[in-house]
Parts: sequence; C-alpha cells; structure tokens
Amino acid sequence: MIAVSAQPRRSLGRTALNASVCLVFLFLYLPLAVIVLYSFSAEKVNVWPIGSYTTHWYHVMWHDPEVRKGIMLSVRIGLSAAGLAILLGTLTALAIDRYAFRGKALLRFCAVLPITLPGIVTGVAMLSFFSVTGFELSNRTIIIGHTTFCITLVLNSVVARLAQIPRNLGEAAADLGASPLRAFWTVTFPLTLPAIIAGGLLAFTLSFDEIVVTLFLKGRDATLPLVIWARLRRGFSPDINAAACMIVGVSFIAVMIATVITRSSRSAQ
Amino acid sequence: MSTARVALRSNRRPLLLLLILPVAWMTVFYLIPIGVLLTHALFSVKYPKIDHHLTLVNFQTFVDTELYIRVLVRTVVMAVGVTLCDLLLAFPVAFWLARRVRRNREIALFLVIFPLWSSYLIRIFAWKTLLGTSGILNSFLQWAHVTNAPISFLLYSKWSILIALTHIWLPFMILPLYTVLDRIPESLLEAANDLGAGSVAAFRTVVLPLAKPGIVAGGLTTFSLTMGDYIAPTLLGGPGDQMIGKLIADQFGVANNWPLGAMLIIPVLLIISTILLLANRAGAMERTAG
Repeated sequence: MIAVSAQPRRSLGRTALNASVCLVFLFLYLPLAVIVLYSFSAEKVNVWPIGSYTTHWYHVMWHDPEVRKGIMLSVRIGLSAAGLAILLGTLTALAIDRYAFRGKALLRFCAVLPITLPGIVTGVAMLSFFSVTGFELSNRTIIIGHTTFCITLVLNSVVARLAQIPRNLGEAAADLGASPLRAFWTVTFPLTLPAIIAGGLLAFTLSFDEIVVTLFLKGRDATLPLVIWARLRRGFSPDINAAACMIVGVSFIAVMIATVITRSSRSAQ
Repeated sequence: MSTARVALRSNRRPLLLLLILPVAWMTVFYLIPIGVLLTHALFSVKYPKIDHHLTLVNFQTFVDTELYIRVLVRTVVMAVGVTLCDLLLAFPVAFWLARRVRRNREIALFLVIFPLWSSYLIRIFAWKTLLGTSGILNSFLQWAHVTNAPISFLLYSKWSILIALTHIWLPFMILPLYTVLDRIPESLLEAANDLGAGSVAAFRTVVLPLAKPGIVAGGLTTFSLTMGDYIAPTLLGGPGDQMIGKLIADQFGVANNWPLGAMLIIPVLLIISTILLLANRAGAMERTAG
C-alpha cells in the first residue's frame, strides 16, 4: 500500500535523475563528437551545418612529415616512460604491500604528489633542477619528467591488485619449499601481471597526451601534442581534427584493452 | 600477526632492494627539483644570468604588484567555480552509477573514464570549435533562427575557460564520488525511509555525510588541477582572463625571470597544501568515525 502511494514521487525522482545523467553524458561527449564529425568536414572552417564530407584531412595528416615524426617520438617517449614507471611503480607497490616500515605513509604521500600537484610545478621544478645540474634538455629529460608522474598510475593499479591476492598463497608456496624469489615469480607475479599491464597502458596513454611538463623539458624535437599545440596557436588548420581523431582512436583502443584486462583478471579470481 | 611482523622486521634486505630505486628516483627527480625551484625564489636576475645571492626582492615584487595578487585571486575563484560545477554535475552520475546501474557497470564506468584519456589539448580545441563566433553553437543558433547575430561573450572569456575546465576534470570528480556512494549499504537508505525520512532528508542526513571523503578527494583534484592550468586560459581566454599558471610559465619562458616565477609558484603551493592538509584532517576524521 505504502509502496503504491510512494510510486509517483519515486518515478518522478528517477526520471529527473535519468534526465540529468543523460545531460551530463552529453556534456562529456559533445566535444569528442564534434572532433570526429569535423575531421570529415570538407569545409575550410568549422561551421554548422557541414556542407560535404571528405577523408581528405586524414590523407593530409598522414603525409605530413612533422605529424609523422611527432607520432613516432610520442610513441617512443610513451614506451620508455611506461616501461620505467612499470619497474619503479611495481617495486614500490611490493614494498608497500609486503612490508611494515617507518615512513610508509610519507612514501605514499610523496608518490601521489606528482599527479596531485599541477603539471606546471613538476615542469618548472625539473627545468630548474636540470639547469642547475647542467643536464641538457632533450628527449631524455621529457622521459624523466613523464616517468615521474607515471609511477603513481602503475603504483595505484598494482597496490590495489596486491591487496586482493590472499596472503596464504605466498605462504603456501613457502611451505612447499619455494624460495621467496621463486614464490614471487610463480605465484605473485602472474597474479599481478594484469594490473601491471593495465597501469602501464594508462601510463603510456597519459604520456602520449602530455603537454605541460613536455613544454618545459623539451629539447629540439617535437612530440605530437607539441606539434598540435604549435598549430593551434597559429590558428585553425583542419587536419588537426583528423590528427585529434586518430589520438582519440588510439586512446580508445588502449583504454579498452586496459579495462578488459582488469575486468577479466577480476572475474578470474 | 606479531610473529609475522617480527619475521618481516628480521629481514630488511629485500625491503631495501625493493625501495632503493624508486626512492632514489623520487628524491633525485622530484623532491630535490622542488627544493631547487623553491630556492630560486630567493635569487634574483642579472640578465641574462641568475644572481645566486640570497634576497627577498621577489617577495617584494610579488607583494607590490597588484596584477599578481589580482590574477591569483582570479585563479582561486576559477578553481572554486570549476570545483563546484564539477560537484554539481558529478553527483547525479556517480549516484546513478552506484545505485541504479546493475548490469554492465564496467561499460558505464568505461564511458565515464574514457574522455579522461582522450587528448586534453584536443578537448580544449573542441570547445573553441563549439563556442566561437563562427563556431558550432553560433552557426547552429543562426541556422535555427534563434539568434540573428553571433553571441560573442562565450569564447575568449572566463566562461569558456570555466566550461572547458569543468568538462575536462569532470571524470576526476565522478570516480571518487562513485567509490564512496557505492559503499553505502542499501539497508541504510531503507532504514532512513522506514524511520520516515523523505528522500531529501535521507540524502542530507545519510548520503551526504557518507559521501564527504569522495567530495573532498574529487574537489582537491579539480581545484589543484585548475590552479595550475595555463593551456585553457591561453587558448580560450581573453586578454583579461590570464591565470597564475600563465604568469608562471611566462617567467620561465619569454620573460626569462626564473626567480620571480619560483616566487609565484609559492602561493599556489601554499594554497594547495593548506587544502590538502584540511582534506587530510577531514578524511582522518571520517575514518575514526567509521
């Protein structure tokens, strides 16, 4: 009886909630839809309605040597930074999960700083450090900058996974005579691998897209975001829509893989 | 438990081996650089070189220059505005994710996270396309005969910065909110209902207090990221909409006055760490209460 009388108000609230959720998702995806749509526009400026469609900009973008070099460099930097972050982040995660030690809270706090503080702080801090120590700016300094904030991503992903692995698994391996290192390689590592890969993929994606830290630490070569940044400042150029679309596509695939991996590892447990 | 701890303590070597590389990296490439940066605030410039004698001249310049204070206040106002807008937009989505979505929750979560990983620059650029005088919104309004002349107050103003930054940091607000809302047991809301609380009262007395850690975590991220942003104001703001990040970047770029740039970073760091401290206390209180 009560449930029936409460029904109209409930459903009104539900409709309001659903409507606002739809609006927020529209707000989240409108800009992305715009980029995809306009990458196929044959117009010289971004106007509505679009007169005719073309794949011309993809052709232009693909044969642009500056864009190509930018993509190659961004991939190289992304892979290096993600690789280093996987090593350093996983080591930190193991220490945090396995050991009780003084300064653990401080370590965790310091580890989240590079993504909690704005990128400009990381950028100018490293710039002044490299300048004082006489380290010349190059692609290597970009990699160092990216690695520093990527560590946090791998760390978070791996710590969450390690917390899910039952302690007694490692103990069982030890009871059966496995050395700590062997127990790690045969038990802990395979179980943690999905989280390591997922964290690494996210690290790669973030590095691939990074602009602020890169602006301060760049040497002579331009990453893809630096190429786009330079062109955006000069004014509009339609092939940027196509390049942007490609980045969205690559990120989509990377995030999909990361999601599927974490999902299947969770259901496998 | 105690035996395990003794066992852990007795053998510190593996711990040392695990931590030596990461701690060395963080110290050399993050903590020391921040120290070096802050020390720069005490130096001065004798163009084109930096004079390493300690001085308070940058502090003097900062306090004396009305522009810096004004831009700092403007940046804080923008950061608060973006944080509030994000909170307002994130709450229904987080609530929906945690309470209404039963099947395919991973897909819904993926949809929230995805924009976060698609190019930041490009999304700013998209808002330029959307809001400009010859942009989509105006072309659409005129095409649909809603307006005759383009509305021009949107692009190159604080509004376009507010809209774009709200959009860009929104997932950072939704995720922590979702995490805390997901943990509230359904029985708690039912109990509130049984005790005669309407949905508004249940929301205020049950949901909101339990969601506080998520609000604090998400708010901290959006606030901090907005405080340091300078790409959005550069691409979307007018000449009078500069934010402190741009002034800092200029000192390390065209103006080439690193000591002053380092000085300008200090209030930003102070504001963020004060909030971080307050947030930590709020979070700690939450934990002891639970």
